[in-house]
Amino acid sequence: MSQPSVDIDYVANLARLDLSAEEKARFAAQLGDILAYFEKLNAVDVSGVEPMAHAFPVFNVLDDDVARPGFTAAEALRNAPVQRDNQFLVPKVVDDA
Amino acid sequence: MSEPLYQLTVAELSRRLAAKQVTSEEVTRAFIERTNAVESKVGAFLHRDEGDALAQARASDQRRAAGKAFGPLDGVPIGIKDVVAVKDQPLTCASQILKKFISPYDATVIERLRAAGVVLWGRLNMDEFAMGSSTENSSYQTTSNPWDLARIPGGSSGGSAACVAAGEAPAALGSDTGGSIRQPASLCGIVGLKPTYGVVSRYGLVAFASSLDQIGPMTRTIEDAAMLLQALAGHDPRDSTSLKQPIPDYVAAVNAPAKTWTIGVPRDFFGEGLDPEVRASIEAAIEFYKSKGCKIVDITLPHADLGLPVYYIIATAEASSNLARYDGVRYTHRSAKATDAVDLYFKSRAEGFGPEVKRRIILGTYVLSSGYYDAYYLRAQKVRTLIRRDFEDAFMQVDAVLTPTAPTPAFKRGEKSDNPLAMYLSDIYTISVNLAGLPGLSLPCGFTKNNLPIGLQLIGRPFAEADLLAMGRLFEAGHDYSSRRAQL
Repeated sequence: MSQPSVDIDYVANLARLDLSAEEKARFAAQLGDILAYFEKLNAVDVSGVEPMAHAFPVFNVLDDDVARPGFTAAEALRNAPVQRDNQFLVPKVVDDA
Repeated sequence: MSEPLYQLTVAELSRRLAAKQVTSEEVTRAFIERTNAVESKVGAFLHRDEGDALAQARASDQRRAAGKAFGPLDGVPIGIKDVVAVKDQPLTCASQILKKFISPYDATVIERLRAAGVVLWGRLNMDEFAMGSSTENSSYQTTSNPWDLARIPGGSSGGSAACVAAGEAPAALGSDTGGSIRQPASLCGIVGLKPTYGVVSRYGLVAFASSLDQIGPMTRTIEDAAMLLQALAGHDPRDSTSLKQPIPDYVAAVNAPAKTWTIGVPRDFFGEGLDPEVRASIEAAIEFYKSKGCKIVDITLPHADLGLPVYYIIATAEASSNLARYDGVRYTHRSAKATDAVDLYFKSRAEGFGPEVKRRIILGTYVLSSGYYDAYYLRAQKVRTLIRRDFEDAFMQVDAVLTPTAPTPAFKRGEKSDNPLAMYLSDIYTISVNLAGLPGLSLPCGFTKNNLPIGLQLIGRPFAEADLLAMGRLFEAGHDYSSRRAQL
């Protein structure tokens, strides 16, 4: 049986996940096995079948437009890995011109 | 000689507390002492704060002394899976990426348990982000099955199941995305209930696969599961998938006179991989229901064997999206090695997530990626419709569907950890229940020659938890399996 192959570098980049060479090799092989198992689904006739995203979809769930208490800045920042001046601190995002 | 307090059920503790035969402080202390005595063998807890639990217990005793007890659960300790937010307590999901996280708020289920007077007792181990079937994917510690310490307790709610089976708490909360309450309950010889999707609020439950996740009770008896579900269920405006369903009196349903049910058995589905001792126990359970006047009907679930591939496409797709929030910026581990803002994501996630979580993020990202979406994700959603239709057809003629909960009893540690596909197969009977959004109950239905528990699953119509619990009670009342205790 032909083994589906996964471009692991491409997918890891989409997932924003650094993988070691060892992880890439292992995951590529395991995912190949898992995807081959997924091929079972190709044998099913799904023509005219609606996709199901949810067991009991409820729509237009709206809240009343009423102010409610929320976190203070200190509470929101409690788990921040790095913070300064009541803000999350991150490395510079925009390059110097 | 009376049984020690830690061996008692929630219902019995509730009766003794109400009769003022014991205090919550005595009860809570009994579970703390039991935990201290056996936890080095079991390893169920990731975190526990004895002082906090005893303070809650004393507050309960004061309410009761003042004649203001909150209800039947007031003063009863309950363990919490480390995936549900409890204000000011750690919330790690057994992941390094949330190693230092402290919950800033209570989940809705926790607010409800507090309003019922429950003593919140500890944080229970699990597979990282609830991804796994053995609790071996915890990044912190292994948890042992109290019936055989060389074996896994099941997963992902393995800490919850082991804690209850070991008498470290009379009950615990679990969460179930593909079987994570029912499978460990089965492997540890306790009762586990996954409610209908939308019956219990997910607000404050860390999301794995949002269209599948549900919180539910893990207990020693059916009555205890009913008591907990009574406290947990109900509409919550903070969860937009929460349903406005009337909540019946579950405890009354359990204690009502036994009815004769029509039960469907999908034998085609009991195929390859089903352990002979499990099969024999399930056949004996079917005979028992017959002997009680229930009608047994052979049914087919033609798409049931496709539940596993559908699940691993949909659940990983949703997970890859949900876990994008762990980025090293706002509340997670942040890599010290990052060279710039984008590299911060790559390295923080690489350092913070374990192998199974990475594997599922990659798989979920792949099935959603351009060019593969229709072939995998969309097709899986269509087959999900077919799986639900199978159940709808079955429920035209039966009140419930009976299956094993898991294909085998608890397996040995390390036995499947290098083979993800073999591990995934341990959820074959539970997974389609989540895909269809139905309630599923696991209860003890026997033991193997080696004294390992076996579990029976009852699957019901949407919102038929009361019926499932009544059916479960009918079985439980005719057997002694739920009163057996693991020897530690």
